[in-house]
Amino acid sequence: MTERLKPPPRKNPQKRTVSPTSPPAMRSRASLGISAAAAEGRFMLQVCGECHAVQYPARDACCKCLSVDLPWQDVDPAGQLLAETTIRTSTNLYFRERSPWRTGSVKLDAGPVIIAHVHGDVERGARVRLENKLDRSGQGVLLAMPEERSPDMEDDPQLRAMSSDPKLRRVLIADGRNSNAVALAQALAEAGTSMIFVGESESWRPNPNRSALEKVPGVEMMALDVTDTSSVRELAGEIGGKTDILINNARFVRPGGVLERGDTAFAHDEMEVNYLGLMRLAQAFGPGMCGRTADGVNSAVAWVNVISAYALVNASDYGCFSASNAAAFSLSQSLRAEFRASGLRLMNVFVGPTEDDWHQPLPPPKVMPKALARDVVKGLRDGLEDVYCGDVAKDLRERFMAGPKILEREMTGGGA
Amino acid sequence: MRRQNYDGVALVAPTTLPYQRYSIETAHWWIARVLKTMLDGAGVKPAELDGFSVASFTLFPDTAVGLTQHLGLCPRWLDHIPMGGASGVVALRKAARAVQAGDADIVACVSGDTNHIDSFRALLSSFSRFAMDASYPYGYGGPNANFALLTDRYMTEFGADRADFGRIAVAQRANALNNPGAVMKKPLTLEQYLDARPIADPIALFDCVMPCAGAEAFLVMTVDEAEARGLPYATIGGAIERHNAHADDPIQLRGGWTMDIDELWGMAECSPEDVDLVQTYDDYPVISMMQIEDLGFCGKGEGPDFLRDKDMTITGDFPHNTSGGQLSGGQAGAAGGFIGLVEAIRQVTGQAGPTQVTGAKRALVSGFGMINYDRGVCSSAAVLEGVT
Repeated sequence: MTERLKPPPRKNPQKRTVSPTSPPAMRSRASLGISAAAAEGRFMLQVCGECHAVQYPARDACCKCLSVDLPWQDVDPAGQLLAETTIRTSTNLYFRERSPWRTGSVKLDAGPVIIAHVHGDVERGARVRLENKLDRSGQGVLLAMPEERSPDMEDDPQLRAMSSDPKLRRVLIADGRNSNAVALAQALAEAGTSMIFVGESESWRPNPNRSALEKVPGVEMMALDVTDTSSVRELAGEIGGKTDILINNARFVRPGGVLERGDTAFAHDEMEVNYLGLMRLAQAFGPGMCGRTADGVNSAVAWVNVISAYALVNASDYGCFSASNAAAFSLSQSLRAEFRASGLRLMNVFVGPTEDDWHQPLPPPKVMPKALARDVVKGLRDGLEDVYCGDVAKDLRERFMAGPKILEREMTGGGA
Repeated sequence: MRRQNYDGVALVAPTTLPYQRYSIETAHWWIARVLKTMLDGAGVKPAELDGFSVASFTLFPDTAVGLTQHLGLCPRWLDHIPMGGASGVVALRKAARAVQAGDADIVACVSGDTNHIDSFRALLSSFSRFAMDASYPYGYGGPNANFALLTDRYMTEFGADRADFGRIAVAQRANALNNPGAVMKKPLTLEQYLDARPIADPIALFDCVMPCAGAEAFLVMTVDEAEARGLPYATIGGAIERHNAHADDPIQLRGGWTMDIDELWGMAECSPEDVDLVQTYDDYPVISMMQIEDLGFCGKGEGPDFLRDKDMTITGDFPHNTSGGQLSGGQAGAAGGFIGLVEAIRQVTGQAGPTQVTGAKRALVSGFGMINYDRGVCSSAAVLEGVT
């Protein structure tokens, strides 16, 4: 059984912080399909379009019929552990530092044999369920999990090395004024975070969330205005060395497209908060977090952006707001690439219209703060990169994958 | 159609350079040196070579092609064998056919690799596409963990224990102590084997080979040519190879030999009990065990019992890996695919010196190579007979 994680002792400032190392990142282009599926937590393999043989490792041609039609499909993740080993030493530094490391050979019911990481609670020869996880190189790897849940199983060192679990970690929520701030803080407290810093701009102004936030265990209110570079830098100087997860929920939203608005005033605010706010936070907090990704139980682990799903395709009712989110989305891809070497994970949570004042005229379904908070915590636990929160975001994702141009036309009607 | 035999083909000038743990030299250097040592010993001039076959992992960016210009060779028959542990017998098969057909008169079959600090890790990280995609990211610092899985499954399936594998390693160490070129110089007891540092359970230190630098080579020519030059030679009774056999076996407990074994013994017109010594590919003892079963010495899963009352040293009743093999001699990259073959040519031609098995006339050599993903893909074997 997995041993429950203990709160880490106070950090000894005289000791050197362990440098982040990375598991092997090189993959063939075909194999990147695993990583793409892992980003959303899906277990997908190539399945031959002609003879339906399930393939593994990823191929360019079917090993049964030589067809090159090998689409990725969701596959039954059930299988059996055929053989196992515990690696005590490795030529690879990442695994050497983390040994012993358990791996095994799993016969998937769907056909292929898969070398996988093996969770500590899987018994010899047991039935297992494979999960597709991003490792700290940001590539998809397969992890054999026990069929049944076991207590504290998320504390397994190999699983925790792949997840962004908030348990015993310290989180910064950037905007305590956002209507989702209370739900986020509550969900994180329930997930076992040890500290929740909540940013608040213009503290002299009343904040309707403040009293509810202060009731959440572990919450500490901090002055933070993402439109003010010195405010962001000041907070990073204070808590940057103990921010393990940063959740950027700061958002400025007003309805309207280009012609509806007579000027660029709101667009300035949208870019200041939604785009430049992210950049300011990243420049202040990013380097410190990247340096602390191997810092023990409460190492820095993830950066979360709450982004409008209309970053993928513009919704002209909120046309300028969508554009600022598209900018933030694009910037997040740059950040993800810049975080890569450190293993710090960047998770984008794409949300549809949220249940708040600024989306009041829109029909349901809308994303409730609790639903958003639940998806953020689940995404962290599962170690995801891309989370689609709510029915609208999921629907948009599916249409986007099917064809972005068709979706663009659909967004303006005419897709009966 | 019955395969043509290998009549009229001679294997001569078995040559081994003493292995080194690390070398500052390149694979080119090791190959050049073993080639010169061999040609000088056999009295063959480089210009007389009209066939050249190379096996190496560390020649990059060169292949056999680059070596011809680098070494000033002008062959009319050129081959590059990328089959790792199976490459010796595969090189032999191809070269023998070239000589039989007259495509070449004298073929040098050469293997060599260097081992720089960190070059082994670099090789592993890009060993094959499947290894890069599906085994190296799982902590597999090399094939240790792969063979740990096979060993784990073999032990569970057939009730073998670690001592069964240990006896193979211990006997090879005893053989290696007679071989001045071997990397390992100290005796090994079964207790030391069992108590060794674990590497990837159930594999421990003495189950693993030590990567090193080295080179092995031999010449293939007609029997007439060998006799005219007064060179002792071996002939080929039979030889087989097979790739990606039993692809549907969920885990490798048998190799490709099982598909071709009847043909091997049929061609050689003898049976397992007729050989005087056996050279298996021994990157891990479990693989030697598998070969001894698959080559027909005993049934599947009976290897532990078969070997329990055998003496595998050079003076024993089942001489096995007489130069110490890779387990005690060291693994010099692709030369590991030649070590058993070159030693077998020495043995059946009475040139093995301190490791000579008395009266050895016939040897079985087998090769196994390329852990592409979860198993070794290439297998090969040959029966050699000595004429002195």
